[in-house]
Amino acid sequence: MIKRAFAFVVVALLLVIFFKMLMLWQPHTDLSGVAREYVAKEPNQLGAVNVVTAIVVTYRGLDTLGEVSVLFLAATGVALLLRRREKKEKGMKRRPASEFLNTGTNLLIPFIVMFGAYIFLNGHLSPGGGFQGGAVVASGILLSLLVFPRFSLNHALMNWLESLAGASYVVVGILGLVLAAGFLDNRFLPLGQYGALLSAGAIPIIYTFIGLKVGTELSGILENLKEE
Amino acid sequence: MILILGFAFVLMAIGFWGLLTRRNMIKMVISLSIVDTGLEIGMISIGYIKGRTAPILDSAVGIAQAVHKVVDPVPQALVLTAIVIGVAVNALMLAFVINLYQKKKSLDISDYRDMKW
Amino acid sequence: MNEVLIILLGVGMVVAAIAAIYFKNLVAAAVAGGIVSLFASVVYLVLAAPDVAMTEAAIGAGLSTAIFLYAIKKTREQEVEND
Repeated sequence: MIKRAFAFVVVALLLVIFFKMLMLWQPHTDLSGVAREYVAKEPNQLGAVNVVTAIVVTYRGLDTLGEVSVLFLAATGVALLLRRREKKEKGMKRRPASEFLNTGTNLLIPFIVMFGAYIFLNGHLSPGGGFQGGAVVASGILLSLLVFPRFSLNHALMNWLESLAGASYVVVGILGLVLAAGFLDNRFLPLGQYGALLSAGAIPIIYTFIGLKVGTELSGILENLKEE
Repeated sequence: MILILGFAFVLMAIGFWGLLTRRNMIKMVISLSIVDTGLEIGMISIGYIKGRTAPILDSAVGIAQAVHKVVDPVPQALVLTAIVIGVAVNALMLAFVINLYQKKKSLDISDYRDMKW
Repeated sequence: MNEVLIILLGVGMVVAAIAAIYFKNLVAAAVAGGIVSLFASVVYLVLAAPDVAMTEAAIGAGLSTAIFLYAIKKTREQEVEND
């Protein structure tokens, strides 16, 4: 009873604070500050059509490096906590899925993985990028985990792919430091023509590595949660 | 706009209420993810400018006049990071819940009082 | 037009969030959490943020709900299946 009253008081206080914040806020009418600089200078400096991609990969590149580390830490934690102590060889009590589901999944999975790769390769030209593409690839692997009862990922290959992608991301950053103006600068490759696929310097390369890393990490999390 | 900011705040308050009053550990994780979603909607709605379009500078928007035609791109970059970190933290919390369940076979948070040091 | 859409989506999100914390069945609560993410993804699109909408749809409404359902499956009492 006391606990319920305390929770009610806390949420009421929170609502009062939010209401005051709401009353004092005026919607913006123009870009100002850092956003104005980014939108005005970005096409000539970095050559990417998608401004959010340019911010995530180069202007705020260190935040993305930190986020990739947090994701890696979470995937490692999940793998560590859910590992099986002994090899319990229970018999496979799962029935295989119906014929319709099997055929449909066999047809769909290559297209899903290809669509995910398309999304992270085109991150600098249209909405998309490494995180979205990696999530689509992971959902393709989720589909095959759900439909095929004996599907399992090759753990060694996944570990190698993930580690190589993460290390290559840092190596590209250091190349930016050595050959261009700073860490994770994308101008050590030529900027190319605005709007072409191979433009914006090293942004497609960086996003490809991020997409591979995020895709394999999320698939690893899902597979660790599935094992019984 | 003010309307969606109000909805985001209401969503955060609902999430906090669920976090404080539920006993089932999985319900607590669901409430925390609702708080995350509300916060992200709030951040994007602060960067919205009425009548403008998405920050993609292709031929429809044009490079020269882009500063007067796009919404604020910085909150979108921050929210992109926040969504991915949110799902990572949710997965780690659920791994902890599964591990605790395997020790004591109960999902009620008040059964775990004796694990304090 | 935008205002009407935002009001409808906002009311849908609030109703789904209240349902997510009050359902007794855990699977229904996880699916209600997925519905909140789905409506949030459409709100992002109305607010001119297509990158964020794609991310929220792929990660929030897809993978996060799948992770919750796997966790619920592993924390139920394991009945003996005589299939």
